[in-house]
Amino acid sequence: MAVAVFPGTWSERDFAHVAESVLGWRARLVWHAERDLGTPDAVVLPGGFAHGDHLRTGAIARFSPLMSAVEAFAAAGGPVIGSCNGFQVLTEAGLLPGALLRNDHLEFRCDWQHLRVEHPDAAQPWLTDLADGEVIRLPISHGEGRYVADPGTLDELEREGRVVLRYAGPDGEVRPEANPNGSERGIAGIVNAGGNVLGLMPHPERAAESEVGGTDGLRLFRSLERWLQEQPARAERRVSSL
Amino acid sequence: MRWIAEVHVSLRSGIADPEGQTIGSGLRALGYDSVAEVRSGKLLRIVFDAESSDAAQAAVADMCRRLLANPVMETATWELRADEQQDAEPANP
Repeated sequence: MAVAVFPGTWSERDFAHVAESVLGWRARLVWHAERDLGTPDAVVLPGGFAHGDHLRTGAIARFSPLMSAVEAFAAAGGPVIGSCNGFQVLTEAGLLPGALLRNDHLEFRCDWQHLRVEHPDAAQPWLTDLADGEVIRLPISHGEGRYVADPGTLDELEREGRVVLRYAGPDGEVRPEANPNGSERGIAGIVNAGGNVLGLMPHPERAAESEVGGTDGLRLFRSLERWLQEQPARAERRVSSL
Repeated sequence: MRWIAEVHVSLRSGIADPEGQTIGSGLRALGYDSVAEVRSGKLLRIVFDAESSDAAQAAVADMCRRLLANPVMETATWELRADEQQDAEPANP
C-alpha cells in the first residue's frame, strides 16, 4: 500500500500502522514530490492539511508531482482511497465530483459518527465486506467537510448508486441532526464511476483496533484484502514483486 | 510591462456561506439593523509581467480557471491595471 505524504499531511502514520501492525501488509510512505508510486496494490491519500490548505483545501496538493502517478493508477482501475483531506484532494483533482466547504456551523468537529452504508457493490475494493443499509461508526475530524455539488451532479451520483456513505443516526436514519457539517443530502462518501476511487470524510484508519474505541474502519481494509485476493492478475503481480 | 490584478473569489450565489452569515449576524448585533446580507470571499493581488493588456487579461483568466477559483462552488472577477511603479525597486513594496 502506498501512502501519499504532502507537507502538512497528518494521518499517514495511522494508515501505515494499520496496514503493517494490524494487518501485516507492507506500507510505503511516498513523498509528494516523487513521480514514481512503485507498483502498490492500493493508494491512500490520508487526512491532514496538505500545503496548509492554502487557497482551498486540496487545491495546491493537486499539482504535486505524485498526483500524476495517482491519477494514472486510478485511471487503470487501481484502488484509491482519500480520507478527509484526501477526499478534498480527490475532488480538487477532478477524480471525484463536487467540493468540500466549511462546516455549516463553522466549528471543527472531532467525534465518533454513525454512517449508513449504501450500494457497497458500487465501491467494490473498499466496501465489499459491508452490507447495504448497514450502520457503521467511524471518527470524523474536520472543519471543512460540507459536501456540495450542483443538483444535476447530485442526482447523477444518486442514480448511479455512487453515494456509498451517509451521515446517519445510530438507527441508520439520515436526518439533519445526524449531519455533522451540513453536507448536501447527508453525503459522507462517494465513489467514481469505476468504483475504485473512494472519497470519504471519516477516518477508517482511526477505527481499526478495539483499544481506540472501534474496529469498523478495519472492515474497509479487509474489504480491500478480499477484493485483491479475488483479482488473479493483481495477486500474481503482488507475489512476483515480493 | 508589469500589471497588477486584483482577483475577487466568492462563493456562487446558490452556495451557503456560513462565514458571511456569521459576519452579518455580528454587524446586526452591533446595531447595523439594515444589513440584509454579507457574502465572504478572498482578495488576491497578483503582480506579473505581460506584453499587452490583452495578454494580461488572458493570463488572469487562465490563472482563475486553473487554480484560483474552483468552478464547482466559486466565481472569480478581477480588476487589472498597469503598475505605475513598475520602474521603481522593489516592484512589489
